Amino acid sequence: MSIRAGNGMSRRNVLRSGAGVMAAGTLSAPMVHAQGTGGTLRCGFWDHWVPVGNDILRRLCAEWGQANRVEVQIDFITSVGNQNLLTIAAQAQSRSGHDLLSFPTWEPASKAELLEPVDDVMGRLIGKYGAVTPAAEYLGKVNNRWVAIPAVSGTQMKPACVRFDLLQQHAGIDIRAMWPAENRRGPGADTWTWDTFLTAAEKCHAAGFSFGIPMGAFTDAVDLVGALFASYGASVMDARGNITVRNNAKLRTAIEYMVRLSRFLPNDVWAWDDASNNRALISGRSALIFNPPSAWAVAKRDAPQVSANCWTVPVPAGPEGRFTPYLPYFWGIWNFSRNKSSAKALLEHLSERPQAEAQTTTSSGYDIPPFQSMNDFAIWATEGPPVGTVFNYPIKPHHQSQTSVAFAPAPAEFAVQAYTLALNTKVVARIVQGGESIDAALGWLERELTTIKRGG
Amino acid sequence: MADGTLAAPRPAAIDGTRANGMQRFARRRSTIAFLMALPLLLVVLGLVAYPAGYGIYLSTLNRRMTANIGLGNYEILFDSDTFWDVAFQSCVFALSAVFLKALIGFWLAHMLHHIPAKGQRKWRGMLLVPWVIPPALSTLGWWWMFDPTYSSINYILNIFAVPSVPWLGEAWWARSAIIIVNVWYGAPFFMIMYLAALKSVPEQLYEAAAIDGATSWQRLRYITLPMMANIISITVLFSLIVTFANYDIVRVLTNGGPRDLTHVFASYAFQVGILAGNIPRGAAVSLFMVPMLAVCAFFVLRGVTRRNKEQM
Repeated sequence: MSIRAGNGMSRRNVLRSGAGVMAAGTLSAPMVHAQGTGGTLRCGFWDHWVPVGNDILRRLCAEWGQANRVEVQIDFITSVGNQNLLTIAAQAQSRSGHDLLSFPTWEPASKAELLEPVDDVMGRLIGKYGAVTPAAEYLGKVNNRWVAIPAVSGTQMKPACVRFDLLQQHAGIDIRAMWPAENRRGPGADTWTWDTFLTAAEKCHAAGFSFGIPMGAFTDAVDLVGALFASYGASVMDARGNITVRNNAKLRTAIEYMVRLSRFLPNDVWAWDDASNNRALISGRSALIFNPPSAWAVAKRDAPQVSANCWTVPVPAGPEGRFTPYLPYFWGIWNFSRNKSSAKALLEHLSERPQAEAQTTTSSGYDIPPFQSMNDFAIWATEGPPVGTVFNYPIKPHHQSQTSVAFAPAPAEFAVQAYTLALNTKVVARIVQGGESIDAALGWLERELTTIKRGG
Repeated sequence: MADGTLAAPRPAAIDGTRANGMQRFARRRSTIAFLMALPLLLVVLGLVAYPAGYGIYLSTLNRRMTANIGLGNYEILFDSDTFWDVAFQSCVFALSAVFLKALIGFWLAHMLHHIPAKGQRKWRGMLLVPWVIPPALSTLGWWWMFDPTYSSINYILNIFAVPSVPWLGEAWWARSAIIIVNVWYGAPFFMIMYLAALKSVPEQLYEAAAIDGATSWQRLRYITLPMMANIISITVLFSLIVTFANYDIVRVLTNGGPRDLTHVFASYAFQVGILAGNIPRGAAVSLFMVPMLAVCAFFVLRGVTRRNKEQM
């Protein structure tokens, strides 16, 4: 176990030389790549619910990489168990990882300081395709700068998926005539309001087919209650971050409505998660849920007799308009990325109309593009049975609707906390389930929002 | 190691004194012991001390992590109704679950102890099954049984004309459901520890007690329990720490609902820190467990030390 070898090389010298080589290599390490190529681009995309949703991204990226001589490496990161949020948090802390990532709803605003501004890309895309849906702008634009690009893959809306046979039979509403698979309103569409909805909910509940509206702390619940609050003009915090709970007549009206509606929902909705409403529809127990077409797609596979009677229609309107729950994904580029220009070019390519349509078509219409001008892809008119069932899934001009994100227009850094803590469903639950008065529940809501605002 | 050191060529005369000193230092048993323990110490430092220190540092930052606000996050939490609900629930959950686990584990250990050795192995293996299944997986199974709409437990209750139980929809039922799953998962650990302790109690003590006419209760009270006191204390402390920090059962079963009434520190910290993007406040929530557990650990370990001294 002699330390010094016969050739005079000491262990210390070997270590010193080795450390020198390592240090020189690390400090001077440039992005080495073959001559004439654009290097390597490491992408972390959301792992799509629809398996072929990943395939199309893989194909589009490969095509772009080949054309631009960039090696595109893709990881698909699942949102199951919040793996994507953990990945984002870890990469943000370590300032290393992928060049670009899929960011769920609130993450661009949360990580704005670490994201490369993409005003140039968005400027070109908006110039070509027109306005971005307002909710995407609210979430993706921080201090008047686009910090991420609203993605096609993974972005969803949550209009009403209705069992038209049950609604006709028990509530006397011909929903297909009201909202046909055409770019026009049918007879009675103007009466599709929250008041009509309440009456229908009562009748279907009495018939044993209660509407499946979750009231727990998961996104389906928070998004729908948020859209309903918006349609009553009820907000709990304004755009400047001022709490607007006290003496807010619109908020009180919206909460009173939700309390009334809750009486006609299944009594276990307080414990429902995002899959419970899907199961309620697929099992044939529910006449209506608010969801993307995924519930219908599963029913098509598992319960075709149910899916054949499903029809997607816009969310009912309230006194202040019609708002559709919107849950987008964004594509963002870390400011510590070493290949920002390639990342921007790839994301611009994926956002172009042909590529966006390919993504939406492959996901059977699930993915919603951020540009309102793209809400006319053929897939929504042809998907079935029944053919046209998801025609009204994206917002069409005749819907007179706009996208909604719960707790908007509050500053995103506060809204995300209120959203995650599901303050809007909990305030209703405290009244209906906890037996509190509306004033007591609103007092609690105000205290929670104050807690959220404190601490910078 | 010593041979290797001796085999090394002698250093130059000018460094002789220093080299001899260094050699003596290197040959000392404490130095060798330290060097051998160094990898483990580095692991502990890297995976325990550093994250803990970093967690404390994070808890002193503002939401954007751009400024130090001292104990501001703790002050904010103290003013939050939800946080106090979480603190209450964590205590109810941990204390009742550990108590039930200890009780059931003790009872099971006693039952097993009196089964003949051949059959005992089979029962011991079966009773350990809940403990060896990953809790996230087994909790998913429980979640299916407690499912709000399609609960298999309710299905069976309904067969016997018992009305359905809102397992996950009502606060106290949901709390009970979480405790039931935790007890189901953790009781085998207590059982195996207590079984080992029971086997180490000398039979002569029981024989002497039998000669003195001691009842079974007296044997339990004056022989078994005192002989097992240390293992009971340590097991309870260990389980208390693990149960207080439990996350997966709440996350899978209720996600903290209904109305935040089943959140425990870990699940609430994850919700506030990771999901809501307020990492410093999430760190503050999770660190709130430390002083509570430190107090428990102090009293339990003091009891163990005192009993050891008495026995010496």
